[in-house]
Amino acid sequence: MTAVEQRAVVSGVGQSEVGRRLGRDELDLTIEAALAAISDAGLTVADIDGLATYPGGGGAAPGGFAGPGTPVVQDALRLSLNWHRGGMEGPAQLQAVIDAVLAVASGLARHVLVYRTVTESTAQGSGRRQGIGVGAKGIGGAQQWTIPFRAYSAANWLALNVQRHFHEFGTTREQMAQIALNARRNAALNSKAIFREPMSMDDYLSARMITTPLCLFDCDVPCDGSTAVVVSAVEHASAVDHPVARVEAVGTALRGRPSWDQWADTTTMAAVDAAASMWARTDLRPADVDVAELYDGFSWLAMAWLEALGFCGHGESGAFIEGGQRIALDGELPLNTNGGQLSGGRLHGFGFLHEAVLQLRGEAGDRQVAGGPEVAVVANGGGPLAGSMLLTRLG
Amino acid sequence: MSEPAFRVLPTTDEPSAFFWTSGADGTLRFLRCSSCAYLIHPPAPYCPRCQAREAAPGEVSGRATVHSFTVNHQPWDGSTDPYVIALVSIDEQPDVRLTTNLVDVEPDDVRIGMPVEVVFEDHDPVFIPVFRPVAP
Repeated sequence: MTAVEQRAVVSGVGQSEVGRRLGRDELDLTIEAALAAISDAGLTVADIDGLATYPGGGGAAPGGFAGPGTPVVQDALRLSLNWHRGGMEGPAQLQAVIDAVLAVASGLARHVLVYRTVTESTAQGSGRRQGIGVGAKGIGGAQQWTIPFRAYSAANWLALNVQRHFHEFGTTREQMAQIALNARRNAALNSKAIFREPMSMDDYLSARMITTPLCLFDCDVPCDGSTAVVVSAVEHASAVDHPVARVEAVGTALRGRPSWDQWADTTTMAAVDAAASMWARTDLRPADVDVAELYDGFSWLAMAWLEALGFCGHGESGAFIEGGQRIALDGELPLNTNGGQLSGGRLHGFGFLHEAVLQLRGEAGDRQVAGGPEVAVVANGGGPLAGSMLLTRLG
Repeated sequence: MSEPAFRVLPTTDEPSAFFWTSGADGTLRFLRCSSCAYLIHPPAPYCPRCQAREAAPGEVSGRATVHSFTVNHQPWDGSTDPYVIALVSIDEQPDVRLTTNLVDVEPDDVRIGMPVEVVFEDHDPVFIPVFRPVAP
């Protein structure tokens, strides 16, 4: 099967400085990542004819969440564009990359710069993490169904899924801890990761509770940083001096209700739809995957993705990750090899894509998965937001 | 009525206004299809079951079942007291769920499957539907 997305490759990747309270401007971080990605793709700024981000719009979202919009980046780099987009309604953060892939595959653009920039740590400052809607008056839209009940955070909304999963399948905190412990082990091998000191099971179990059964270490860590990739037509691969990541298939479906609380099966998420649509577009199967970079904005999300993608059965993720060996760097399915967002920092989806490309290229340094991984899966999103990509090494 | 907690209140400027003001007479209401009686929640001008376009607020018993819950400890709004956020299934139509709070119950005593009933918190003209355990 040859899906149209196979006409596109990730030809280059770049990432800015990543850290806590860097105090740097979002555009400054974005340009740093963009120039690195463009250079890595063997291109110059003048070659870029497409631009995309998630969500973009800068001040449209508070708290350092959005990053600069595409007009700001276009103007700063004086890009001449055949195609451009920003926005946040679609298959999670990966929608920007998937749109870029489709733009390239359809010939609308040849080299698309795609970026995701966060300055949430600087925006948060030394204060506590804010809930959504605190201090608002007369809240409407979808948030009227959660915020008035003091469910201010995705942590609260997701905890309802996690508790139901625990209830139906006997999943335990000790099992869920393996996502966080695995991330911390891998972060120790990533010089850019935020939290690199060792974490034990006792550390995890004694951490303060945020919203049961999610503790502090089940929640990702806000950071500052920008990640950029260049999506190019596959013909460009031979002009690059390193292997590239070919887009084998994308997962974009949303078949159930687009809602945290009305989703029919509370033990699953939109991930099941995105994953199913991705596997329907390729002859590759879960057993072919060499490395998995699965969204861990909260630890349980990675478990839900493991189930959705078919690495284990529905309800079996607790047993699948028990003890942590299977998902370790030297395990049968290395997971979140850069420390994920739990320990690496909340680069909000794009960090996983960046890491998957490095792993396929054999450039992940101390945390490189042995044996020359050829297939990687990237998944973004939680609740009603889900998007995935299957990547293969080319060259 | 329960002790009012700090709340960010919903708007009454949207088609959901009937839902938020419904508790003035102590009754929970959902938008109900005038043709097939399906409860359409959140409200929308279309019945997803029978495709009818006519619907009106309709009373329900206020009985529900705890589908899931979480005990919040993070002081998002400045309050440090733990509180229970629950997802409840409405007895008349279990695929209608509300994210809500449980009151008159210790967090440690909450169980999935627990029968609960609505009680309204008075923020006139808004009445927030929260739930308490049904007396055994």
